Amino acid sequence: MNQACDLAIIGAGPAGMAAALTAANRGVNVVVLDEQPEPGGQIYRGIERVERTRARHLEWLGPDYAAGANFVRAFRNAKIEYLDGAQVWQIEAPANDASPGRLFYKRNGAVGQLSPRRVLIATGAMERPMPIPGWTLPGVLTCGAGQTVFKANGLAPQGRFVLAGCGPLLLLYAAQLVRAGVKPAAILETTFNHGAALPHAWKFFTTPEYWRKGLALLRELKAAGVPLRKNVTQLVLHGDARVREIEYQCGGKTTREPVDQVFLHQGVVPNGNLAWSMNLAHAWDDAQRSFRPRLDEWGRSSTPGIFVAGDAGGIVGAKGAHATGRLAALAIAADLGKITIEGRDQQARTPRAELAKHQAARPFLDALYRPAPHWLAPQEADTMVCRCEEIRAGEIRRLVTEQLCPGPNQMKSFARCGMGPCQGRLCGLTVVELIAQCRGVPVPEVGYYRIRPPVKPVTMGDLATLDVPVRPDAVGL
Amino acid sequence: MFKLLPDTPSERVTVLVDDVTVQVPPGYTAAAAMLMNTDEATRTTATSNQPRAPYCMMGVCFECLMEINGVPNQQGCLVIVSEGMRINRQQGKREINV
Ligand SMILES: Cc1cc2nc3c(=O)[nH]c(=O)nc-3n(C[C@H](O)[C@H](O)[C@H](O)COP(=O)(O)OP(=O)(O)OC[C@H]3O[C@@H](n4cnc5c(N)ncnc54)[C@H](O)[C@@H]3O)c2cc1C
Ligand code: FES
Repeated sequence: MNQACDLAIIGAGPAGMAAALTAANRGVNVVVLDEQPEPGGQIYRGIERVERTRARHLEWLGPDYAAGANFVRAFRNAKIEYLDGAQVWQIEAPANDASPGRLFYKRNGAVGQLSPRRVLIATGAMERPMPIPGWTLPGVLTCGAGQTVFKANGLAPQGRFVLAGCGPLLLLYAAQLVRAGVKPAAILETTFNHGAALPHAWKFFTTPEYWRKGLALLRELKAAGVPLRKNVTQLVLHGDARVREIEYQCGGKTTREPVDQVFLHQGVVPNGNLAWSMNLAHAWDDAQRSFRPRLDEWGRSSTPGIFVAGDAGGIVGAKGAHATGRLAALAIAADLGKITIEGRDQQARTPRAELAKHQAARPFLDALYRPAPHWLAPQEADTMVCRCEEIRAGEIRRLVTEQLCPGPNQMKSFARCGMGPCQGRLCGLTVVELIAQCRGVPVPEVGYYRIRPPVKPVTMGDLATLDVPVRPDAVGL
Repeated sequence: MFKLLPDTPSERVTVLVDDVTVQVPPGYTAAAAMLMNTDEATRTTATSNQPRAPYCMMGVCFECLMEINGVPNQQGCLVIVSEGMRINRQQGKREINV
């Protein structure tokens, strides 16, 4: 099946849904694809079922989450074709304005193809890898994973568990659990340089929505009596078939305690493999310590016809994602002749003002929660970096210092680092930080993995049903 | 192991996790069904048989690879359970079906 459409949007999170609504309301024929079974993206995971069947959970998860219900309803009711459970594994940009691009996806075990005139990548964020000794043990998950099974499944950890790392999401998950009567044994905070955030504090205080919420979360956790250990400088997880103990350093003192589950988090970074696979130009964002696609003020990428919105284009948060989605949709609607340029500019005023408001909070949050260097590039030689191919930090350092692998792509071909099924999503940033540190150069000089389609697992059988060039090495499982 | 919070509807789907019958709420993913029933490995690695379990629950880490209804290498965190689904841990590397 090959279906033509004006606009294909990948991702049904705040950015993708806002863009779809904005575009559809202006007569653009939109198809939205998301690999998740339900719309909402990471922030609103499971919202429809929670609203329908778990009223108390909706309260525990809080008003920001509950706000997703109306949003998702509007999305469902609009004239938008939404393909749930559709994994997009390859996109080819339109060759010129007259011809459409090609998009390939897998849904319910079958492959499908679209021919969109414009493409919006709204694939959101993922949690930044937090490579510490023992992070591959069963029982160790990300905070976002814990929060996801709370939202989507009503599940909470059992036994003695801790949350370790830094960032708003960690505090939010802790508070959501506390409201549900599930108390963490401790929060181990790795935030290290509060001073760096100070210069941005003034601007941050102009965004009451953010600082009030942050303070309220901290107060809630304190009132619940959750021990908060600040300035944790080292974390080691011990275990066998699963995690058993956590060892941490705080205030010069080392503590080792039994633990049943550990939730790690150190911020979010763009979930970028699809954008990388299309060779979109990227820039290094030093404040966010990650790469992001180069975009103009409408979310237009370096490749004509391809737009990026939301966290996929650099972390902006849910409301910022909403605004960038609308802006991209307006530009696309104007490109396609559905609205005039004047109309576009006039209608862009509100989302642009909203975006500016939410962006005002970023510099402070980015500076406050910037991980210390040793959390970005692990010091211990046997810390796993590439979880798929089991490549450790010591091996990566050795390959760099012996000048065998000056960059991430040599690391791939030489050591298979980043060649496993996750395609470097869980090691890419760590590998480039390690290489940069060893070589004493800035990260942008090192670059990133060259990511090739398919970005999701497809079999030779899948590819054979389509007219796409097949690269045997791409079917990477 | 994860537990079900109170005030969750009582409807259940029956699935087989490693040949053991377990009941999970509808709408669960295969990985969530695993997390509710074991706190140990859901797969072992190809290179050195390390124990691994679902890590991100959002489709990026591929730690949740499992065998679902006989098909190996499925991302368990993206597959919704259905009545009678067979979900199995997977050991080491599996050939993909081509
Ligand atoms: C695990 C996690 C939990 C979070 N929880 C919160 C929270 O509770 N509160 C909060 O304020 N912020 C949260 N965030 C931050 C979050 O990134 C933003 O708030 C917001 O969700 C960003 O919106 P978005 O539309 O840019 O992307 P997202 O909401 O992330 O949506 C992107 C969508 O794209 C889909 N997708 C990605 N790649 C593909 C592909 N190749 N094919 C098909 N579909 C694809 C994903 O399934 C996803 O649904 C969370 C982030 C993460 C990673
Ligand atoms: S748990 Fe990470 S991909 Fe499924």
